[in-house]
Amino acid sequence: MDLATRYLGLALANPLIASSSPLTGALDNLRRLEDAGAAAVVLPSIFEEQIAAETAERERLARLSEGFPEASSFFPAGSVPEAGPHEQLALIARARAALSIPVIASLNGTTEFGWIEYARLVEQAGAQAIEINVYFPPVEPTLDGTAVERRHLAVLEALKRTVSVPVAMKLTPAFSAPGAVIRALDAAGADGFVLFNRLYQPDINLAALRPSRQAILSSRSEIGPGLLWIGALAGRLRGSLAAGTGVETAEEVIKYLLVGADTVMSTAALLRHGPAYLQALLEGLERWGQARGFASIESLRGCMSQAAVGRAMRMERGDYIQILQGFTPILPGAQGGE
Amino acid sequence: MANRATMDGNTAVAHVAYRVNEVCAIFPITPSSTMAELADEWAAAGLRNIWGGVPVVQEMQSEGGAAGAVHGALQSGALTTTFTASQGLLLMLPNMFKIAGELTPTVFHVAARSVATQALSIFGDHSDVMAVRSAGFAQLCSGSVQEAHDLALVAQAATLASRMPILHFFDGFRTSHEVNTLELLSDTQIRAMIDDDLVRAHRARALDPEHPVVRGTAHNPDTFFQARETVNPFYAAMPGHVQDAMDRFAVLTGRAYRLFEYTGPADAEHVVVVMGSGAETARATAAALNARGRKLGVLQVRLFRPFGAAAFLAALPGSVRAIAVLERTKEPGAPGEPLYQDVVTTLAEAVADGARAIMPRVIGGRFGLSSKDFTPAMAGAVFDELARAAPRRGFTVGIDDDVMHTSLSVPMDFPPEPEDEVRAVFYGLGSDGTVGANKNSVKILAEDGTRYAQGYFVYDSHKSGAETVSHLRFGPRPIRAPYLIAQANFIACHHWGFVGRRDILRLAAPGATLLLNSPFGPDLIWNHLPRAMQTRIRALGLRLFVIDASRTAQDVGLRGRTNTILQTCFFAIAGVLPRAEAIERIKHAIRKSYGAKGEEVVQRNFQAVDGTLARLAEVPVHNAVTATWERPPPVSANAPGFVQQVTAAMLDGRGDDIPVSLMPVDGTFPLGTAAFEKRDIAEDVPVWVPDVCIQCGQCGFVCPHGVIRAKYYDAGRLADAPDGFLSAPINARGYPDVAFTLQLYLEDCTGCGLCVEACPALSPTEPGRKAINLHHKGGRAIAERPRIDFFEHLPLNDRARVDLATVRGVQFLEPLFAFSGACAGCGETPYLKLLSQLFGDRMMVANATGCSSIYGGNLPVTPWAKNAEGRGPAWSNSLFEDNAEFGLGFRLAVDQHVELARRLATALAPRLGADDVAAMLDAPQRQESEIRAQRARLEALLPRIAALGDDPAARDLLSVVDHLVRRSIWIVGGDGWAYDIGYGGLDHVLASARDVNVLVLDTEVYSNTGGQASKATPLGAIARFAAAGKRTARKDLALQAIAYGNVYVAQVAMGANPQQTLLAFREAEAYPGPSLILAYSHCIAHGYDLRHGLRQQDLAAASGYWPLFRYNPAMRTVGENPFRLDSPRPAIPFRDYAYNEIRYRALAQARPEEAAQLLAAAQTAIDEKYRTYEEMAGWHAGRFHPPVPAAT
Repeated sequence: MDLATRYLGLALANPLIASSSPLTGALDNLRRLEDAGAAAVVLPSIFEEQIAAETAERERLARLSEGFPEASSFFPAGSVPEAGPHEQLALIARARAALSIPVIASLNGTTEFGWIEYARLVEQAGAQAIEINVYFPPVEPTLDGTAVERRHLAVLEALKRTVSVPVAMKLTPAFSAPGAVIRALDAAGADGFVLFNRLYQPDINLAALRPSRQAILSSRSEIGPGLLWIGALAGRLRGSLAAGTGVETAEEVIKYLLVGADTVMSTAALLRHGPAYLQALLEGLERWGQARGFASIESLRGCMSQAAVGRAMRMERGDYIQILQGFTPILPGAQGGE
Repeated sequence: MANRATMDGNTAVAHVAYRVNEVCAIFPITPSSTMAELADEWAAAGLRNIWGGVPVVQEMQSEGGAAGAVHGALQSGALTTTFTASQGLLLMLPNMFKIAGELTPTVFHVAARSVATQALSIFGDHSDVMAVRSAGFAQLCSGSVQEAHDLALVAQAATLASRMPILHFFDGFRTSHEVNTLELLSDTQIRAMIDDDLVRAHRARALDPEHPVVRGTAHNPDTFFQARETVNPFYAAMPGHVQDAMDRFAVLTGRAYRLFEYTGPADAEHVVVVMGSGAETARATAAALNARGRKLGVLQVRLFRPFGAAAFLAALPGSVRAIAVLERTKEPGAPGEPLYQDVVTTLAEAVADGARAIMPRVIGGRFGLSSKDFTPAMAGAVFDELARAAPRRGFTVGIDDDVMHTSLSVPMDFPPEPEDEVRAVFYGLGSDGTVGANKNSVKILAEDGTRYAQGYFVYDSHKSGAETVSHLRFGPRPIRAPYLIAQANFIACHHWGFVGRRDILRLAAPGATLLLNSPFGPDLIWNHLPRAMQTRIRALGLRLFVIDASRTAQDVGLRGRTNTILQTCFFAIAGVLPRAEAIERIKHAIRKSYGAKGEEVVQRNFQAVDGTLARLAEVPVHNAVTATWERPPPVSANAPGFVQQVTAAMLDGRGDDIPVSLMPVDGTFPLGTAAFEKRDIAEDVPVWVPDVCIQCGQCGFVCPHGVIRAKYYDAGRLADAPDGFLSAPINARGYPDVAFTLQLYLEDCTGCGLCVEACPALSPTEPGRKAINLHHKGGRAIAERPRIDFFEHLPLNDRARVDLATVRGVQFLEPLFAFSGACAGCGETPYLKLLSQLFGDRMMVANATGCSSIYGGNLPVTPWAKNAEGRGPAWSNSLFEDNAEFGLGFRLAVDQHVELARRLATALAPRLGADDVAAMLDAPQRQESEIRAQRARLEALLPRIAALGDDPAARDLLSVVDHLVRRSIWIVGGDGWAYDIGYGGLDHVLASARDVNVLVLDTEVYSNTGGQASKATPLGAIARFAAAGKRTARKDLALQAIAYGNVYVAQVAMGANPQQTLLAFREAEAYPGPSLILAYSHCIAHGYDLRHGLRQQDLAAASGYWPLFRYNPAMRTVGENPFRLDSPRPAIPFRDYAYNEIRYRALAQARPEEAAQLLAAAQTAIDEKYRTYEEMAGWHAGRFHPPVPAAT
């Protein structure tokens, strides 16, 4: 089976990408991912706030040492680089030298200045594409949806002006009309979309009476929004589509491809099982495709998408009603009630 | 424009010294450290000398070591230099005799500094260079930044030509730290001054097995003398060599120098002879007075040794009738200071020989000790003195000597400074970036080559909330004014709190511009100024501008960078340039700094400049003085007389006015004065929540400034408590009606937040709320005053009833170390405070020079305090290098006096009561209750001894009987002392088996001098002198001490386990032999917010980097393993601890591959070391060597 696909204009050997996670932060892991068959890797995000905080801290320390008659500063001049994504940039360069698969950098920022500065740096360091993670939960109730959308657009436009490598946007589904937003971003020049980023899920630790901060890996039950919106958008965009939540087994990979994803990204499964698990996903995909007689990824991609099956959007509501009406709740104490 | 640059004197000298040497052996000492630091940085960056090589820069363990290494490198043929000052130079003295005796060319660059006498001073005078004048080095003195730069090269050329070593010196701070515009020597010019044949000749004289010789032999009486006289021709030729080098230099650069530079009319009658920066002042003064018709000259001495008598006489006009020799040193007991003696001798010999017709009257006087400002007015006073019929010898100028009346009276307003100069004075906080912004302004404004600039910065001695005063001059000519600004036409006050505390208009010239950073806008500010200030603003016709820099910084996107905001305001209104041009200049600088980051970043900074200017407002000066309040006095009216008279003046910035008669004659000062200095520097302060508090004592335990105090007391007393006085029922069974209060001294707090971090108690109902939380200070500090007063009147808790074995118990012990000026969040001071709580009333402290001696003993105040009984730590600092020996001296004296007291008491026992004397002499004194009991016995005995009247034995006994209460001897210092400069002494003291306790406040760098690497600095961390990252592991001082077998050794980290720290302190003190405690002390030199200091300590222990342990030899005597590992196996990788700190992370960012290797090596070392400790913890007692006698 021909697994080749394209993403962000890059030719990939297969549709499986190791997405941004702590796993992709070490060169050894990146090598192992490539060996396991990853078609591309997305490196850990560069967080603008972290760099800003570090910059502020260094400025504060520099100011602090000025007050001493006996010390001009506590570190030799030039020995402390300006705060910045030094380790990440070094990793990009080393990954490019060590790997033959594309290396995608990930940026997670809040301001246009941060995006631009770091996008330029990662491009210079050799990243072949940039994934921007516009993680911006609009929890401030006075912020309206239009403003949020405008912000996404502004970030994209600033980035596209700055770099020449392709730019993918990693989005959450928290828009009133995700499809329209994505189309607008597509029209503004986004080279691809990663659907979806999950919003922060708050929890509370009752024993300590404080917010719980456990990172919960995604599970296969969460693939629904991705299936829906990739299905709705496949074939209707200039840019590529990557699916990115809830990949536990090859089944989720196949489902995403069937609704029209160009590539599928995995974080949770690789964190759970290690880089070698990527090979298992790939083999599962290939086995299924061959069993079903698909000669290539191209031939199976999108065959279940909205566009491919020609369903009208209104039919979706029909499905929804049908599902709800067909649902029989199990209530406490209901056993043996009849 | 030639190659013009702006830099300080140290940089100007190092620039040359680095380029003309192959080896630099270095050790940090203020104010010379910068030269060594630059050499290290340049070498790390691969900067090459004029021969294309990168000089090797080697940090040594002391200046003595540096001099030894210099000597060795010179003997081996390398061009070698070193940089030093003060005691450092004195430590080099033995080698200097050798180097000179062997006619070895080298230049030592010295930022001349006071030698410690009745007190240490880091500031500048010539007492160090004068103390080494017999060593045989030539001594060449520079008087300005330009001169120091130029003569550094002249010295190198002359030493090679003459074979005589040269000590090139310039005034510490005044020249070493003054930023000034200078013509920078090009490498071509430097190259042209150095004759390679002479370099080869130096190399040819080196020790070489191919042509072996012996040097450094020992002579007998038959030959030593003659051999010593062989060098005379070299000394005779030396002035000629130096002048030759100066003349060649003049041809190359156009800047001409003379050995003795005379300035003034050829028929001058009165001349001042002076060395160093004072010459600039004297020249400017003479010129001003000559313009009024006087005939005054100034003779600047550049080459002091060998003293070129012929050149001196040639330079001095024959018309001179009176000479004043001004000296920046004091030689007590001499007929005059050294230069005076040379001048008198030279003139006397010339007159006697007939070479000179008349012997002028020569007087000598002292000025400028310890960087005391030397102003034109003072120079004028000296000229006036010369004009008197009977001018005084041995005068002083610049102080009020009301004891021996040596001081000259100084006119107040003489002479005016040039009108075409802008003189700007800035009052800032040490941490607000004012100094950095001003250095930047000097560079920006001087860089176009049309303007000259000077910057000089005055600091107070606090490490937190320090006040800085920046003095900046800008003008069309080179600025030769090595003294503070007295008439400023621009004054900026960057910290609103100063308005109510300092006389910030003291230096204002009429019509000056005043910029205030204030939360009150143009409409409100007038009414918030004190009355005296309003009056002066009106009287002087000042223009007043105001800006809220914090708010503006936030508004324009530069949060926290108030210095940038205020710098913009300075450019706009100070008048150095027309406003539009000045703003253009700032924007040009921004483009230069941020251009590489993209146009967006540049534009954002431009917007910040425009936004700042929009918020800068001129305030119309009111036509009436409306204020009814004045600045409060610097100390409360309850303070003792000495504090009122002396300390208060220093705190108020009037220390220069204190007369001689008010100063202690022998450097003895009273304790507890920090308590009178209410600095009120915290923005956020802790607030106690009694109903959440579990009264564990952790917050007070870790508080670096001793501002958290606990007491328990009869709840009935609360009836008289002032409003808002907080209390809770004591959290202990069996104490009904007993209340507990945690009192916070908010005006002494720095707001570091360590207390909040340490607090383990969380509110069950309010998430995140602890029993102590930081809140914005607002009016809390003032509101707290009556509560503190009430708290202080509650009875102190009885030490005999407090459980000293628990952190909870310790909170009830009064700290006798509190309110120091240490850094906010300091990691050292909590340990000292704990010592003072446990043993303070019977403790003697020998304190090595370093941070702890500065926050512990730098005037105006000391945090060491005494208790209500009048007892407290007796503290002293000797030197950096000798502290263990100094402390051992305490022990030896104490042991002698204990023995004397016992002998006398025994002899007098029949008359004093045999049983009582026996009880006292036999009493155990290990527990606090036993100490209290012994004090009671002593109190009972004292009247009986006194009753014996004039019996000599009784009087002797009275003089030593206090020793019968066991004294606790503590030797305290940092790792620079313990691991490096004082290691030999420390080792010897530990081996002495004497009962001394050594506390090493281990910050792993020389914190006080700016974070230079010590042997405690860990592998992979960057530090000054380890710019490329430390390549060797930290020395395991603990294991070395354990190897003695009979030394109590503990490694502690308060943030990881406070209880273990407490246990170790008490065990060490109780152990009747030498004890060594290594205390992890987080420090700003580690590069992170110290609020997280306790967490880092915890991580250090958790990673196994800093395992906690105790080695108690006493356990061996009972057959137990003396080594206890108190922290668990490493639970986290070293990286998780280390990479929270810039000292480690910087290398990972700058050189990731190397950092990764060093990190791996560090992890391996930690794992191996932990295995060693773990194995030791499992040994049986017999495996520890050598055998020790049973403890007594």
